[in-house]
Parts: sequence; structure tokens; C-alpha cells
Amino acid sequence: MSAAPALLEMRQITKEFPGVKALSDVSLTVRRGEVHAICGENGAGKSTLMKVLSGVYPHGTYDGDIVFEGEIVQFKDIRASERAGIVIIHQELALIPELSIAENIFLGNERARGGRIDWVGTNRRAIELLRHVGLREDPETPIKTIGVGKQQLVEIAKALNKDVKLLILDEPTAALNEEDSAHLLDLIEGLRERGITSIIISHKLNEIERIADSVTIIRDGRSIETLDVAAGGVDEDRIIKGMVGRSLESRFPEHTPRLGETFFEVQDWTVEHPQVAGRLVCKGSSFHVRRGEIVGFAGLMGAGRTELMRSIFGRSYGTLLGGRMILDGREVTLKNVSQAIDAGIGYVTEDRKVLGLNLLDDIKTTTTAARLKKIAKHLVVDRNAEFAAADGYRRSLRTKTPSVEEGVAKLSGGNQQKVVLAKWLFAEPELLILDEPTRGIDVGAKYEIYGIIQQLADAGKGVIVVSSELPELLGLSDRIYTICEGRITGELAKHEATQENLMRLMTTTGSAAGRAATPAAGSTGATAAR
Amino acid sequence: MKHLKAVFGNDTRQFGMIFALIALIVFFQVRTNGLLLTPTNVINLFQGNSYILVLAIGMVLVIIAGHIDLSVGSVAAAVGISVAIAMRDWSLPWGLAILFGLLIGAIIGAWQGFWVAYVGIPAFIVTLAGMLIFRGLNQKIGDSDSIPVPNGYQVIGRGYLPEFGPLTGYNNLTLIIGLALIAAIVTGALRTRRNQRKIGADMAPMWTVVVRLLLICGAILAVTLLFASGRRGTSFPVSGLILGVLVLIYSFVSSRTVIGRHVYAVGGNKHAAELSGVKSKQINFLVMMNMSILAALAGMMFVARSTASGPSDGVNWELDAIAAVFIGGAAVSGGVGTVVGSIVGGLVMAVLNNGMQLLSVGADDTSIIKGLVLLLAVAFDVYNKSQGRPSLIGRLTSGRRDRPAVEQPAPADPARNISETVHTEA
Repeated sequence: MSAAPALLEMRQITKEFPGVKALSDVSLTVRRGEVHAICGENGAGKSTLMKVLSGVYPHGTYDGDIVFEGEIVQFKDIRASERAGIVIIHQELALIPELSIAENIFLGNERARGGRIDWVGTNRRAIELLRHVGLREDPETPIKTIGVGKQQLVEIAKALNKDVKLLILDEPTAALNEEDSAHLLDLIEGLRERGITSIIISHKLNEIERIADSVTIIRDGRSIETLDVAAGGVDEDRIIKGMVGRSLESRFPEHTPRLGETFFEVQDWTVEHPQVAGRLVCKGSSFHVRRGEIVGFAGLMGAGRTELMRSIFGRSYGTLLGGRMILDGREVTLKNVSQAIDAGIGYVTEDRKVLGLNLLDDIKTTTTAARLKKIAKHLVVDRNAEFAAADGYRRSLRTKTPSVEEGVAKLSGGNQQKVVLAKWLFAEPELLILDEPTRGIDVGAKYEIYGIIQQLADAGKGVIVVSSELPELLGLSDRIYTICEGRITGELAKHEATQENLMRLMTTTGSAAGRAATPAAGSTGATAAR
Repeated sequence: MKHLKAVFGNDTRQFGMIFALIALIVFFQVRTNGLLLTPTNVINLFQGNSYILVLAIGMVLVIIAGHIDLSVGSVAAAVGISVAIAMRDWSLPWGLAILFGLLIGAIIGAWQGFWVAYVGIPAFIVTLAGMLIFRGLNQKIGDSDSIPVPNGYQVIGRGYLPEFGPLTGYNNLTLIIGLALIAAIVTGALRTRRNQRKIGADMAPMWTVVVRLLLICGAILAVTLLFASGRRGTSFPVSGLILGVLVLIYSFVSSRTVIGRHVYAVGGNKHAAELSGVKSKQINFLVMMNMSILAALAGMMFVARSTASGPSDGVNWELDAIAAVFIGGAAVSGGVGTVVGSIVGGLVMAVLNNGMQLLSVGADDTSIIKGLVLLLAVAFDVYNKSQGRPSLIGRLTSGRRDRPAVEQPAPADPARNISETVHTEA
């Protein structure tokens, strides 16, 4: 196997976005005929690397060389890379729900004579392609009527039609159930036998262990190492070690927690997806928060962390199927966001620009937005009180802006986040939920935001921090829950949590969840079953 | 230039739009040899456009919230005919008839608001349907006929402030209202200054405030005298007074109250607003309902002015109202716009119309020119935004205290500019 020549070599790829180096000197060698996995934490740079490869970021916007089939290639767009035989299947499927399977397979590549579509040829070829991917469906079936697993297969059929040499699959099994996942993995192995090389990006390490021939690990925009899985000796632990290998610097203010009584509790919280009936995004989750405590929630993207938090925050996501919420010893029902805010819950959203801020607003109106009535008399806003409140937070949080009358769109990410924090501090919550509070923020601002979070806890409030960055959770939290596929899979006290055991709990899927949760739960003495 | 900025400071946006209006007035004043600014013409101009401006007040809120209302002309017509019938056939006194009309407007608005806010059908579709439904209703109720309205009722469209008191050669009531307005503006400015000092906000130098007040008050005084010096029996029109009161109320509501804030929040970022506890459905419902109530009022004012309600009342009004709002600096995507800006935008259109009439420009050319003005005004705005410079019209009319863009050099590369604003800890 190792003797096989390289099909693809990416040499010292460096890609910078304004102010951020997403990739630095990343090298990747994929041999002909292998399944090559790429692993890394969220935001490590995997998707960016694939976008460079597939021409989404055209030649000239990155540094370094891509050598494909022995020649340096310079793709100017996706079509150029597809012509060369590189096809990428994104996590978000690029199928058109209203069109049929056959129409989707040939979209942009229609079989036509003189502008007229050759339906007979189209359907015949479609059936042939569907057979290759093991999908028995009528090619005229509309895409929206088949499940996600089958849609994934249609994507692959579409790729095969393009005479693919290198197939890139970005999180192909993220949305699939176990059966569909298994089928898909079989198919990828089948393609390998037919000489098609694949790159697979996945968080599910058991799958990688099963089908990959080699693994390249990316961390913080650098390629760390390439492991030869086919040669043996590489297991999940070995991969995790590579993924989280960075050292935990002292990037957190000194803090000694002063824990009070448990004041917030959620029991058997079950939530259904807002659009897909029957798909559960939270499956019987139970957890609690004490006064003065910072509770971390770890989970991979799509694990259901945000869905859980937003559902708690006045049912702002999904349909609540069951569960109890206890606040200060009383069971409460919060039917909408304003009730949640009145009850003393605040939620700092994960995507500042899409969910958290009105970018047309200025700092002062943003600061008061979550609890405007605090400074309004008979519905009339007291603008002096508003200015004074916003200016107070500007000083105490040290937001860098000439005036609170500036637009929030002009601020840097860190300062925008401070304004969002000011907005929720102004609302005076007893429990503040922070979803990815430091994403896209530089190290200095992170330190300040950690300080603000700790002060809030010291004031006797409860704080929940959801984060994809394990070092952040380890540095900040007094206790950490892990979530995988909508289920709470573990609960670790600060002293027993490590990146390795968190990552293991975060990737414990399906039936394995029970097994893995037991030792963790046993050692804390507090289990998810409480 | 520097002094100009010092005087207008943060409010350059609104004054800028007004400058455009003034330029237009000066142009037509010169070209028509002074016909434009005669009392009779100005009174006509106000009476003939007040109902469009009333619509623009409602429309700007609809557009800020991220919707559109195409049905306003039809709603106005349906209400107009209902009120005319109520007064003729049921002998309803005209005061009650007006309340009756507003009630119909509220019911129609609740109907449209229900579909937009609670069923989630785009306002474009709901009000397109409304445009057909209420136009049909107008013709059904009125049997496609014209129905006259009584004299008393015509006051809200054709009436003037009454004459009283000593003979001054002017209309005394108009003078009093003008002077009261000036007094209110001066005390308001002084109070703002006192409050700013109290809470330690940065203040403009005293002389700029004085110059500004002098300019504003001078303008009001000139307009007051113009209206007051008309032919005896004419003065400031009642429809103008209704409009003025509405502008004051709605400016206050939109900029100073919780509901107003929520309208901007829903239009600016619906998700963020909802996650801050704003009940966006309620806001959308209220905004659509309010629009239909104002459309009802506009329809009644028009019927009063033209002394009868007919089957083609209100045709194309929605287009005039929407044009006024966009010339006034609102954004198609919502979240941006002001009541005052929309009024100024409406006046720009009105002066264009009137001036070209005085110059005997044909309706065909007038329509072409109005269309081009709308297109160019918004195109200029879009171009400015795409260049990474803040929107000119937005800056001029948005009601937000952006620092004027002149303070920062125009960036050569928009992408770099974004990175700088996002990533430098300035």
C-alpha cells in the first residue's frame, strides 16, 4: 500500500483571511487508491484546506502548491477542479429538493442534444449510476421524498458521473443513522476497490479507524502528523492525542469558585427538531447548575448543545416534547423568550452576527435591547438612563469605542462580544448561558471575557458555557457535561476532566454511550440518571 | 465646510436630505419666476399631497419592519366609499363617520396583519391580494359610482384654520401655531443640552447649537408667514395640521418608545430580536394594522378634498408612498428609515410634481423624471454602500448617530476595510 504513488500532494499551503491565519504550511499527501482521513477539532482548518483543494478559494488566494497526478494545478473555481476529477461532497448536501434524482445527478451536466434533454439516456445512465452506489430507487423520484442517507448516495452517484478520481467527503455520516452510516462506509470501501481515492473528514473516530488507510491530523491550522492506519497500531486514543495535543497555557484569570446551592435544574429534557418530525435533537437531558458555578458543555458541532440551550431559553428552538425545569426550587414553564428573561435566564448566542446582534444598531440601543422596560416609563424610553447604563458597561467592560453611540458593526469581534455581554448583564439574569462566547476573538479579549464570566459567577449567578474549544472549557468550568447526538454522555468535575476523556465522551455515539458514561459517572458520584 | 459640519454635526443626515429638497425648491422657484412659493400654490401642494404623506408615515414603519404594503390605495378607496355611503344613506354625522372609517381601517389591518404575522405569508402577497380585494370592495359598495360627501366633512380635506382675533393681515391661528412650534423647539434643545451636561455626554459647542436653532426657526417662520399671508379665508390647511400632528406622534413613537425600538429590531435582525425577548409576531401585526388605519385616514382626507368618493380613488398611491419612503433613506431589507426622512422624500416627489406642472411639463415626462429620480436616489445609496462607505441617504436620514464618514479616509479595498474594522482593537 505504502508503495502506491501519490495522487495528490498539497505542499505548504498557507491561507490567510483578514486578520486570521486559517492554514499555515499545511502539507497533505494522498496516495492513489487509498481512503485518507483528515481529523481535527472544530475550526482546526480541515474545511478550509478542502476548499483550497477544490477551488472554492481559487489559485492566488493562498500560498503553496497543489500537485495532482504529478502536475501542479491551479484551479480558478470548483468547475476547474471537477474537470480534473476532484469532487467534493459538502456536509450540507447540494441537492435541489424539488427535482428528481436523475435531474439532480445531471444538474449542470445535462445530457442533451441541441439543447433538448435526452430523457431516455438520462434515466438509463442514472439507473446505472444508482446501481453502482447501491441505491434502488426510481430515478424520477423527487429528492425531497428520500431520506438523508439516500440523498448522500445520490451525491456520490453525481460525483461518479463526473468521472471522479478523488472524492472528498466532508462529514458524510454526521446526519446519518447507524445503518445508513454503515452502508455508506461500505460504499466508500467499494469505491476504493474500483480505484477511486477518497478523502474523508469525520469526527467519528471509530469510523475512521474502520475504513481509513491513513490519517492526517490538523490542529490550529497546521498539519501535525500523518498516521498510517493500514499498518496498524493506530487507535482512537492515538488520534485524539494528536488532535488535542496543544498545551494548556495559562490563558485564564486566577479564580477560586464560591459554590452555593443548586438553583437551576433540568430533568429529562426532550426536544424535537423544528422541521423534521420525529427527529430528536435532545434526548432526555438532565443537568443542574449551582449558584456561583461555571458549568461547561462540551460536544462536537451538531451534537445538540445549542439546541438544548435555546430550547431551555424560552423554547426558542424546536418543539419541547417533555421535561421539567426547576428554578429556585419551583418548577417553571417558560413559553417564550420574554418569559425566560423575566424569570432570570439570559442567553448569549453562538453566532454573534446572525443571531446576537442587530448590526444596524448602535452600542447603546444594543445594550438595553434585552430588557428595555428597565429604562422605560409607560413604554417611553428614557434616553438619558439608557446612555448612562450603556456608558457604565462601556467603562466596566472596557469596551474600546469612542462613544456608546457608535454602530456595533464598526467594532472588532472582541468588542462586539463585550457589547453582547453588556446587553445580558443589563438584563440581570440569575443564569447566563454563553454559547461559544469567545469564537472569533483574539487572545487578549478572550482573557477579559473569561474575567467577566468569573465575576458573574462570583456574584452568585449560575453560568453555563458551551464551547467547542476544550482548553477553554477546562480552564473556565467548575464542572463539565459532554453531549453527543443529543444525549448527555458524561459529567466530569474540573479535576478529573482532561481533553482526552472529554473527547472520548464527546465521540461516544449510539449504544456505546451508556458504557462510556458509566465510569465517568461512577467516579463523580453524580450521574446523568439523577 | 468645517463650520457647516460643526453646526449640523450628528444630524447632517436629515439636513442633507432637506438640502436636496431646498435645492429643488430653489430650482423651480427660479424657473417658474416665483410661482412655486406663492401662498396659493404652497397650500395647494400641501392639500394635494397630505394623504400620500400620511401613507408614507405608515409605510416607513412597514418597510422598517421588513415588509411592504401594496394595498394602501385600495384600502383607502374602500374606506372612502364606505364612509361616503354611511353619511349619505345612514345619515351618520361626519364626526362619527370618520371614527367609523378608522374602525374599518383597523379591521382591514387586522385581517392583513393576521396573514402576515401569524400565518407567515409574505406581506407582498397578502397586500397584493388585499389590493385586488379592497379595490373590488370599493366598486361593489359604491356600484362603481361616485358618491358625494357633505360640506362639514370636507373640512378634513379642504378646510383651513379659522380666522379670528384682530386683523393683522395674516391668519392669526397659523401664526400662533408657528410661534408655538418655535418655542417648543428652542426649549427642547435647551433641555437636551441640560440633560447631556447632567449625564456627561459629549456636547456640541454652544454657537453651533445657536446657529442651528436660528436656521430651523427661521425656516419655520418663513413657512408660517407664507401660509398665513394667503388670500383671506385660506391659511394653513387642516389636512396639513393632521399630517403635522401625525408626524410628531409617529416620530416620537418610532424613535423614543419601546414599540418603536422593537419595530427597528425586528426589521434589523429578526432572530436577534426574538432572542432578546421581542415578540416579532405582535410587532408585525401592529405594523400592518397601523398601516391600514392610516390608509383609511388618507382615503377619507382625499374624499373630503375631492368632495366625492369614486371607483378610481387611490389608484397607484402605494407606489407614491413607497417611493417617498425609499427616497427618504429606508432600506429594502428593513431596519433602516425614519418618519421625517420619508416625509422629506414625499415632499421631494411632491415638489417635482408641482414644479413640473407649473412649467407645463406633460404627465408623460413627469412620470419618466420621477421614476429616474427614485432610481438614481436609491442607486446612489447602494453604490455608496458597495464602496464600503456608509450609506449616504442612510446616514442622512437614519436617525442613528453615526459619525459622519468624512472622518475616516475612504478605503481602497473593501475587504481590507472589513478586516480592519473587525480586527483592529482601535
